[in-house]
This record gives sequence, structure tokens and C-alpha cells, in this order.
Amino acid sequence: MDILTHIALGAQVVFQPINLLFCFLGVLMGTLVGVLPGLGPTAAIALLLPNTFHVAPVSAIIMLAGIYYGAMYGGSTTSILVNIPGEAASVITCLDGHQMALKGRAGPALGIAAFGSFIAGTVSVIGLMLVAPPLAKFALAFGPPEYFSLMLLGIILLIYLASGSILKALMMFVFGLLLSTIGMDAISGTQRLTFGILELSDGVGLIPAIMGLFGVAEVIANVEEEMKRSIISAKVKNLLPNLQDWRDSFWPIIRGSFLGFFIGILPGPAPVIAAFSSYAIEKKISKHPEKFGTGVIEGVAGPESANNAATGGAFIPLFTLGIPVNSVIAILLGAFMIHGIQPGPMIISKYPDLFWGTVMSMYLGNAMLLVLNLPLIGLWIQVLKVPYPILFPLILLFCLIGVFSLNYSQVEVALMIGFGVFGYLARKFQFEMAPLVLAIVIGPMMENNLRLSLVISQGSPMIFITHPISAVFIFVTLTLLISPFVPWISKRRKKLQEKVEGEEI
Amino acid sequence: MMKKWKWMFMAVAICSMLTVNVSAQDFPRGPLNFMNPFNPGGEVDIAARAMQPYLEKNLGVPLVINYLPGAGGALCWSKLAAAKPDGYTIGGFSIPHIILQPMFMKDVTFKTDDFVILSIVEYTPIGLAVKKDFQVNTVKEFIEYAKANPGKISCGGVGKFTGHHFATLQFMQLTGTKVNYVTFTGTSQVQTALMGGHIDAAFTNSTMMVSSKDQIKVLAIGAQQRMGQLPGVPTFEELGLKMYPRIARGAMGPKAIPADIQKRLEKTFLETTSKPEFKAKMEAAGFVPQVMGIADSHKFLEEEAKELKKLIQEFDLLSPAKK
Repeated sequence: MDILTHIALGAQVVFQPINLLFCFLGVLMGTLVGVLPGLGPTAAIALLLPNTFHVAPVSAIIMLAGIYYGAMYGGSTTSILVNIPGEAASVITCLDGHQMALKGRAGPALGIAAFGSFIAGTVSVIGLMLVAPPLAKFALAFGPPEYFSLMLLGIILLIYLASGSILKALMMFVFGLLLSTIGMDAISGTQRLTFGILELSDGVGLIPAIMGLFGVAEVIANVEEEMKRSIISAKVKNLLPNLQDWRDSFWPIIRGSFLGFFIGILPGPAPVIAAFSSYAIEKKISKHPEKFGTGVIEGVAGPESANNAATGGAFIPLFTLGIPVNSVIAILLGAFMIHGIQPGPMIISKYPDLFWGTVMSMYLGNAMLLVLNLPLIGLWIQVLKVPYPILFPLILLFCLIGVFSLNYSQVEVALMIGFGVFGYLARKFQFEMAPLVLAIVIGPMMENNLRLSLVISQGSPMIFITHPISAVFIFVTLTLLISPFVPWISKRRKKLQEKVEGEEI
Repeated sequence: MMKKWKWMFMAVAICSMLTVNVSAQDFPRGPLNFMNPFNPGGEVDIAARAMQPYLEKNLGVPLVINYLPGAGGALCWSKLAAAKPDGYTIGGFSIPHIILQPMFMKDVTFKTDDFVILSIVEYTPIGLAVKKDFQVNTVKEFIEYAKANPGKISCGGVGKFTGHHFATLQFMQLTGTKVNYVTFTGTSQVQTALMGGHIDAAFTNSTMMVSSKDQIKVLAIGAQQRMGQLPGVPTFEELGLKMYPRIARGAMGPKAIPADIQKRLEKTFLETTSKPEFKAKMEAAGFVPQVMGIADSHKFLEEEAKELKKLIQEFDLLSPAKK
């Protein structure tokens, strides 16, 4: 019973007082950033990363992971009570969640969101335990050509799944690739596009980019919009859903959990896609689809479970291949390296305490969140009442200090502000951030693996076809790229998009 | 609450900046900053982390390790060369990188003699390893195979104008063979690629050979005599190849650090590296520990530079690499 000894090892790690503390801090801060509009988990993790430099790697990862899934819980609170999604992944929860709150059923809505998230979190942790280790053994078969093809597939898939225009997503991706070539060439040591700035010889920093695109840009966008806050100020009671609620929610939670987990493994903003897909499925198979949007509990239970499960799934490519599928995971990847852990196929066998400790902490963290979210909802409501003229400058200040404290470099602060302005403008013109950020992260890896492959094959691009695993990825990539030109498929895609967008409003 | 720690840390850092004009008697007054030119988990990092508790105890102040990876170390060294020479900022280095990079990389802004080498702490011999299922089992077979298939063996290493690159060139010249040098960015990538069989061979550090000796075949090591951790592995010399490639590492600072502070730091490193338990720890990980002060280290550096220049001229080693 290999898995039991591993679970025991993980438990041993998690129940050390210091790790318990960091897990608690992580989920607490996660819930907080989930509640706060204008600060998402991506920017929050980037902000807190430097503070983890001096603690053990496993404690740091436990805390950072806690922020990630904690934010998914917190996001639902604001969606339900204020009709403002604290998190993109909770947008869909507003539809029925806030309607429930208006009908005086905020308690059961919050309750089912928390319980659903807990169940989904559990499913995804078990999935992670079962799927990741065998996959990691397989991962040693991944050489440079396989990595390159997989990343190519991943990025094309992300672009394909992008909610807006494929062309715009592709443009953002290519722009990100261009940015990723800045810095000293890893092979020949030539300076590329650095304009003599020493700081840039290391490339464009991921953290300044993310803080700019997600932190600064978000604040600017929020300042511009006049937000209507209709806080449900009546005391929230009856958090425990009744028997009928449970009966209605049980299958949506189960479906959402599995759906979310598998979507999580794919590249892209998995929690968002998972929540939308779950809502669409629940509405489709429901006996009373016309009631969706008027405050049915299935519309809260399904998506909230799905977005939580997706966070667990997203850890699989990180732990098995060292490939980040979204920007939060990309920062965690950076965190691994800062703590002296080279991510990749050997991570599970080389650092079993890290992997199993993190997995077990996610389980424990989900339990903590349940406790945090149910009795502390009053506190989160108070947090929501912080006036924006105080909140937003504070977030900006934290971003500035956070980026400066990384390397004490003014260049990086300037970069962050530049990215902030760019991110704001891009958002105005409906460009998505995800392809840009992923390209900045994956770009150097793709370039490196492409060049390594070609050096190994002595210049022949056939290496990507003659390696069977790589050939499969290339084939799927080409299929995806060609499909928009097949009228039948593109029509279906458009239809689906309209449907999703329609629901968003 | 994390923010509070950050402020306290910054306050300490500011205080330490105020203590500039100090003599050795009251040095150090605040934390020391150790700049690491590579990613964590590499050889520089392992050695620095092993020394850290001893150094902190000896100096009575914390030693903060900062990572400034990039450009094969050149990014960090360019910054270190320009750092305030007060002894509070020191950093790790690798020889031959700091000799070769200013010679051959046109974009590098530091010179080898911008620094005072406080101590050489360890070196790792570079050896030749092949993937587990590769058809050769000895260096002799490797040479035969390479001659029969010129340029076909893919041989990994870290960076260009580095110890691994240089060892590969030297091997090719001595044996009259040609292999296909594949440039990785870190030892761990070489390790994964070799274990997964994506490259055939690698010139790499003894530390990696010790840590993954069961998953790869180690053919030879570039030491003067066999290593205790790899008793079954012959040296290149035993096999008739006079090559002793290695990478030496330790701590250095800007050259203008006052002499008495240099002495104080040198003493700290010497007292650390001469501790038997420290030596044992390093040997177990596959390092060859050294106890060298400023004078010895610079002698080592000069000899190594002279040797490298001789090899470069003799074999015209870098002309094919520059193409």
C-alpha cells in the first residue's frame, strides 16, 4: 500500500505546526483576496512570493497554493452578497447566487458554495494523488521535441478556448513570445533587445509583468467603472442548506467536481472555463432550465464546485512536467526555482515530502476554508465595506512595494507600470491577458526546447514527427488550427460563444 | 502581518547601509548579502547553504543569499563588480567561467580582475557519462563509436564558454573525434535529459554523477586520482587522456574592499572550510573541498587562466565554437 505510506508522509509534513500555520495563512489570505475586487490570486501570490524566501520550500508552496484555492472560496462570497465577482471564476455564480440572496436565501447559497467547494476540493486532491505519480514516471519519456510539441499544443488550445476572438488571442500570444526573447540568449550569450539595460539581460521579469497586467490594470479598470454595491446587509442566517437544497445540489456538485478537475489539467484560465461549462451543462440537463438565473441552487453548486476542482487539476502538469498551465501556476513554478527545486519529472520522487505535503495541505486547507467561510462570513462582509478610495490606492501601494522589494530595481517598477497601462488598454479592446502571460512564461522554454531539438537532430525538423509522442501533439495542434476554416465547426463554436456571452450579462 | 516582517527587514537593511566607514574591528555590523549567480539547487547554492550556518556563527550576523541568475553568471558578476566595496556584498563565482566569459562574450561588462577572490571553497571534476542504454561502456568504445559516427553523438553540457563546453572541446581535440555539443541552461536539465535518454552523453559535474550514478553510466572523471564517491570510475589520465577539466567555486567581492575587511572575511571562510564535518558533508555530495585564502585562490586563478590560454592557443580550441 504505497499510497498509504505517502499519505502518512504528507500528513507528517502538514501537521508540523509551522506548516499548519502557513496553510492557515494561505487560505486566510486567499479568501481575503477572493473577497476583495481588484486583487486576484495571481497578483496576490506574486506579491507575497518574496516573503517566502526565508521559509522552507514546502511551507512556502503550501501557503501559495492555499492562496490559490482559497481565493476561489472567497470569490463566491462577493458574487452572492454583492453581485460583484471577486474572482473571474465566480462571475457565473452571480447569476443565481445573488438572486438567491435577494430572495433572502443568501445563507444556503453561501453554504452550498462552501460545501460544494469542499467536496470538489476533495475530489481534485484525490485525483491529483492518483494521477500525478504514474504520469510523472511517464514524464521522463519527454525530451526536448516532446516538450516543444506539448507546449505548442497547449498554447494553441488556450487560444482556441479563448472566449473572444481567436485572432486577438493569437496576437497577444505572439506579442508575449516577442517579449520573451528579450534578454541574454541562453545558448550563445548574445544580448537581445536589451538596449544596454543590465536588468533586462535576465529577460522581462514575470512578477512585474503579472503585477502590472493583473494588479495595476485591474485597479485602473475598477476605478473607471462606477461600481454599484448592493451589499446584503441583513444578517445572513441559516447557512446550512436544507434537505431539498442538498437533493438539488448533489449531482451538480459531483459533475462539477469531475468536470473541473479535467478542465484544470488543460492550459488556460481553467477555473473560469470550468465554472462556465458546469453552468452550461447544469442548465442543459435541468428539468427546469427556464428557472436558471432566478436563484436556483444548482446554478451555484455546480460552478462553485467546478472552479475549485480545477485548481487541483492545474497542479498536475506542474508536478509532472514542470509546465505551467495558467499564470498562478507559473508563479508557483517560479517559487519552486527560488527555493532550489527544479520542477520536472523528478519532483515527486526527489521531493516526496514537498509533493505529498502540498497535496495533503490542500485537503486540510479545504477543511480550514469550510470553517473559515461559514462562521466568518460577517467579517468578510465588513471587509467588503472598505471604501474603494481607500482600498484601491492601498492595492497599488502594495504592488509598488512588492515589485521593488524583489530586486530593489527601479527598472522592474517601471516595467510593472508599463504593463499596467498596457493591460488596461488591452482590456478595453477586449484582448485577453492569459495568452500573453503564458507566452512570457513558456516562450523561453519553447525556444530552448525547439533549439535543443534541432541541435540534437542536427537541424532536421523531422524530429518532431519521428518521435511518436511529439507527432501526436503536432497532429492535434494542426487539427485545431485548421478547424476554424471548416465551416461546420466554426459555426458551432460561434453559437457556443454567443450562448456563454449571453449568460454572462 | 507578513508586511510587518518586510518593513523590519527593510529597516535592518537601511541600518546596515549606514554603516559604511567601518574598520575591521566593528565589521560586520549588519547582515551580509551573498549574490548567487545561478539558480538555486546548483553547485554554488549547495555549497553556500552548507557554509551559511558556520559563516553566520563566525560573523555574528545573518548571511542573506540572493539569487541573480542569468547569462551563465555574467549578469550577477557584472552587478557584483559594480557593487559598493564595503564587504557587505559578496558573491559566488565559477572558474573557468569568470576567466572565459570576459575573453569571449562581447556583451559582458566585468573583467576577471575586477574582483578579490576571498576563498576557493570547492571544485568539482568534470567527467563523461552516457545514458544507461547507450551501446558503449568505456571511453575507448566511446571514441571508436564517435569516430565511426562523426558528429552523431549528442553530448550535453551547461552553457558556452563554461567548464563543460571547454571539456568537450578538449576531449574532441585530444581524441580526434567530433560530438554534437547540446547546450543546456543548468545541470539539472542535463541530468533529466540524460536519464530520459534524450541525449547520448554529457560532460558534467562529479556532483551530478554521484547523485544519479545508478541511472546513467559514468565512463571517466577528470580528476588527478579516482574519487572516493565513484571508486569504480577511472580518471581520464588512466586512460591516456591528459585532461583534468574542473569547475572551482567559492566567494568573491569587488576588488576595492578595504584590506582589513578582506582579511576578516578570509578568516571566516578559512575557519569554515577547515572544519572536518563541513569537509565530510561536501565530499559526500561529490565535491572536492578546498581550504584556500586570498593569496592561494588568486594563485589558483592565475594558474588556471594560464593553463586555459595555453590550451586555447595550442589547440585553437575556441575557433570552431565561435562559428
